[in-house]
Amino acid sequence: MGIKPNNENNSSTDGDIKLKSGREGLMGWLNPTRYGWERVSYWLQRLTGVGLLIYFIGHIYETSSLVNGINAWNSMLELTQTPGGHIFLLLVIGASTFHTVNGLRLIFTESGIGLGRPGRPDYPYDATSLNYKQKSGIWVAMLLAAIAMLYGGMVMFGDVN
Amino acid sequence: MSEETKKIKLKVYRTNYKKEEPPHYDEFDVSVKRWTTVLDALLDAKSYSDSSLGIRYSCRMASCGSCGMKINGKPRLACYTKISELNDQTIVCDPLPSFPRIRDLVTDFTEFFAHHKKIEPYIHNDKVPIEVVNKDDLVEFKQTPEDVDKYLQFSYCIKCGLCYSACPTVATDTKFPGPQALSQTYRYMADTRDSGESTRLDIIDDRHGVWRCHFAGSCSNVCPKGVDPALGIQLLKGHLIGITKNDKKIATLRSKEE
Ligand code: HEM
Ligand code: SF4
Ligand code: FES
Repeated sequence: MGIKPNNENNSSTDGDIKLKSGREGLMGWLNPTRYGWERVSYWLQRLTGVGLLIYFIGHIYETSSLVNGINAWNSMLELTQTPGGHIFLLLVIGASTFHTVNGLRLIFTESGIGLGRPGRPDYPYDATSLNYKQKSGIWVAMLLAAIAMLYGGMVMFGDVN
Repeated sequence: MSEETKKIKLKVYRTNYKKEEPPHYDEFDVSVKRWTTVLDALLDAKSYSDSSLGIRYSCRMASCGSCGMKINGKPRLACYTKISELNDQTIVCDPLPSFPRIRDLVTDFTEFFAHHKKIEPYIHNDKVPIEVVNKDDLVEFKQTPEDVDKYLQFSYCIKCGLCYSACPTVATDTKFPGPQALSQTYRYMADTRDSGESTRLDIIDDRHGVWRCHFAGSCSNVCPKGVDPALGIQLLKGHLIGITKNDKKIATLRSKEE
């Protein structure tokens, strides 16, 4: 995967190094467990964001069925009244809660708020930006998503109606 | 001499693209002690088992940034990682992800260095010529210890590439400057001697620039020098959207008489 050897840097002795790109690509993205909670947050925010986008498009399609009359709308609604539909809606509830709460955290952290100040590094060189104050926002988002899903599950699967 | 010795298995990624040799792992049994580093173990294997093993290193003390590799799934410096801290019987060494591979554990840093070079990583100051022709032109900036603290940690970067290798954006975008170059942009912005802010911000405020960072924090998770590149990048973004002000005063020069 031809990066030209740069003779200016004498990185080559015979002018013909064969290289292979070592990029992980999507495979690297798929495993969020190696680099701490912020990587999990990044992974979930993208997963839930794209998930919500797909749901949003589907939701427009679903609600727009109303223009075809009340029967079309009702048959659409029935889709969500199945166990499969309930589980799907549970995922939407969890995803939107996590995405919103963690999204608020990201608005602050990605503007440099709550990450601490630069200073003199000292052994063992823990990064101030990975502090527990901002990290706990990820846990709060996950916890609230779990509570919302629990409540939603009770409403949908419990004999409320 | 009562130090405990233990046997571990070292699994090393081997390949030679020039000889069309397909990638595979070679295993070495190495005796290690409490303080044996991964680099020590690799050199042991190279000395006594297979001298063709390709590794790059120099200082052996986390200063030169040459020995970065993926050790047990994470980018680390081989000379700064003790076998004992990995808590594993098998140590797996792979070349650094996101770097083109040359042979065995040796990777090509051309592109990484090019990203660093692109942000013009040296002091820009209109009052001072970049090239000193006359010895009398040599000048000194006045900077307080507090001024230094604002950028010192970023200047500890040894260009080892671990952050670049851990970054999920770098993994899919070759044009993204990466955590190293971006945090160095912040380093010069925070330095009172430098007045090149707008030049550099123009370079990184780009479609493939600083906004591709989503604070996955992986760079700061692996940096061995406490640079905390993620902090520098988020502060940079905060500055670009006007949340944090950079009200630095450009340092004055000390006259010869002072
Ligand atoms: C008030 C609610 C919401 C908040 C506070 C919020 C916040 C955010 C933030 C801060 C990001 C950027 C994260 C990053 O830099 O990686 C983001 C990304 C995203 N959001 Fe939202 N969001 C909300 C609602 C939604 C909704 C309703 C949708 C779908 C229709 C959505 C879809 C997305 C998508 C697709 C991304 C891109 C993900 C990525 O590139 O990683 N968001 N959101
Ligand atoms: S910021 Fe840290 S991890 Fe990245 S190149 Fe510099 S020293 Fe290495
Ligand atoms: S050999 Fe110099 S950093 Fe490891």
